[in-house]
Amino acid sequence: MTAAGYAIETFELRKIFNGTKVAVEGLTLQVKRGEVFGFLGPNGAGKTTSIKMILGLVQPTSGGGQLLGMPIGDPQARKRVGFLPEHFRFHEWMRADEFLDLHGQLYGISRADRRARIPKLIERVGLTESSTKRLKTFSKGMLQRIGLAMAMLPRPEVVFLDEPTSGLDPFGRRLVRDVIREACDEGTTVFLNSHLLSEVEVTCDRVAFIRHGRVIKAGTMDDLSGGLVRVEMRLDPVSDELIEGLSRWGGNITRMNKRIISMTLTDEESLPEVNTWLVGQGVRVYALSPQHLTLEELFVNIMQDQPESAVGEVQ
Amino acid sequence: MGVILDSLHQVGVVSRLTFREAQRRKMMWLGLILGGVFVALYAVGFYFAYRDFQRTLSSGYGAWPAELFANALMTAGLYVISFLVIVVTVLTSVGTISAEIDSGTIHTIAAKPIRRWEIVVGKWLGHALMMTVFTILMAAGVMLSTRIISGYGTSTAVSTVAVLVLESVVVLSLTMLGSSLMSTLANGVVVFMVYGLAFVGGWVEQFGAMLESKVATQIGIISSLLMPSEALWRYASALVQEGGGRSTIMQAFGPFVVVSRPTDAFIVYSVLYTLVLLFFTVRVFNKRDF
Repeated sequence: MTAAGYAIETFELRKIFNGTKVAVEGLTLQVKRGEVFGFLGPNGAGKTTSIKMILGLVQPTSGGGQLLGMPIGDPQARKRVGFLPEHFRFHEWMRADEFLDLHGQLYGISRADRRARIPKLIERVGLTESSTKRLKTFSKGMLQRIGLAMAMLPRPEVVFLDEPTSGLDPFGRRLVRDVIREACDEGTTVFLNSHLLSEVEVTCDRVAFIRHGRVIKAGTMDDLSGGLVRVEMRLDPVSDELIEGLSRWGGNITRMNKRIISMTLTDEESLPEVNTWLVGQGVRVYALSPQHLTLEELFVNIMQDQPESAVGEVQ
Repeated sequence: MGVILDSLHQVGVVSRLTFREAQRRKMMWLGLILGGVFVALYAVGFYFAYRDFQRTLSSGYGAWPAELFANALMTAGLYVISFLVIVVTVLTSVGTISAEIDSGTIHTIAAKPIRRWEIVVGKWLGHALMMTVFTILMAAGVMLSTRIISGYGTSTAVSTVAVLVLESVVVLSLTMLGSSLMSTLANGVVVFMVYGLAFVGGWVEQFGAMLESKVATQIGIISSLLMPSEALWRYASALVQEGGGRSTIMQAFGPFVVVSRPTDAFIVYSVLYTLVLLFFTVRVFNKRDF
């Protein structure tokens, strides 16, 4: 794929605040056009600073990148870029419709287009009845909705959502998920910054784990699990010898109860072999159900593998 | 060409936003009400003072032409307006950049297809237009009530108001530079301190000119160069007196009396001062991380 094919591409993007505090060590990543990309990492991993550098809000100390084929920091690159910042802090003295109109103007959207599009977006996020109310009367959930509408205003080619669901009720979270899916259907690239893994798991095509501002691992869920698969087995009888025998195909063997064992296989392909062996041992097999690792398990695995020494204060 | 139009558009959007924000936040209304109350008080006070003065004149005791009396009172009125304009300028613009960074609202603005300088210039323009309207309203209030009551008017009304507007713009530019460097509170303190310095410096210069002390005059000049507001007021005040026909009586001591009058070059300096400060504000703002 050529460089122009990426929605976002960064190379060794680095930010040091006040000469000492390394916020982002060296971010190198590629996000393809049209994909939903999950940007994951523990608190303080440099996720927000990375987004801000891509959007030109924070000047990188070194390194560079491109947004929609233009250098990051170029205002023209942001013409079709939506952004929902963390904490949704907006001009609270404005009415909801005024707020969207202002941002429409900043995007350079024509008056006619704004008039047509804004009521639709307000309706989409379920705020039609509050559209002439001041933002300062809005609840957190309502602010997030209007923020989502703002992010979708320019029919974005890329939309950045920074922790869009933190502190929201299930309705709010579902709305975010639906909007992401719709955007994706229209070909929008979605860059989702989150530590709510279950959200990312259901929405993202590809994820990157970052820590101390470096991508530790990136790929699809399957890539990241590296073929590992968790299998739950219902067997009768279960003996210690049986458990020992099973260990040649994997590890992490846990006896859930009298008849159920859970283990991690290194390769899903070995499952039939395991079955044949079990039957050969005279064990009655009721179920062998493989389950992919959850993102949470992956997250913990990957983060644990990283040595703390990667942390940095520049001397 | 397209780039220029884009920039004009963005500057326009930000300046309208700035104007509307001041309006919504009632700061401008507070200033207008305060100013309105002052103009009304001035008109009432002027009415009675002028009536008494005319009585004195007709009884044969008065030595001053009525015109001079009206001019002196109007200059006093404009002095208060000049002070009010400065206070309202600082209060409305003190947090125009810093508060937006503190509250995080800048994130949604600066992530748009907008250049940093367009934000700064848009804000500056919004405030400058607002203060121009405010200054014209207030100064016109004082001048018109003087004219209606006494029939007296100054021939330099327009240029006087223009200098008062320049005074406001100079203060605005300094406040905005501070707002891009400091927190809202610190900026307020610093700007009023600098204004106070110019005020005292202006007095030192007046004394210096009267006593023919070179050092005192120079102190005044330096303080005027750092903050031209007070010297601009003296320029405006001299214009009003010129327009009313200057007389020795005006050499009496008072804040609206000019002994050492700034030269015309000082107007050019003030315009340059504004532009340079605006340039530095853009530079500082360009480098800020949000």
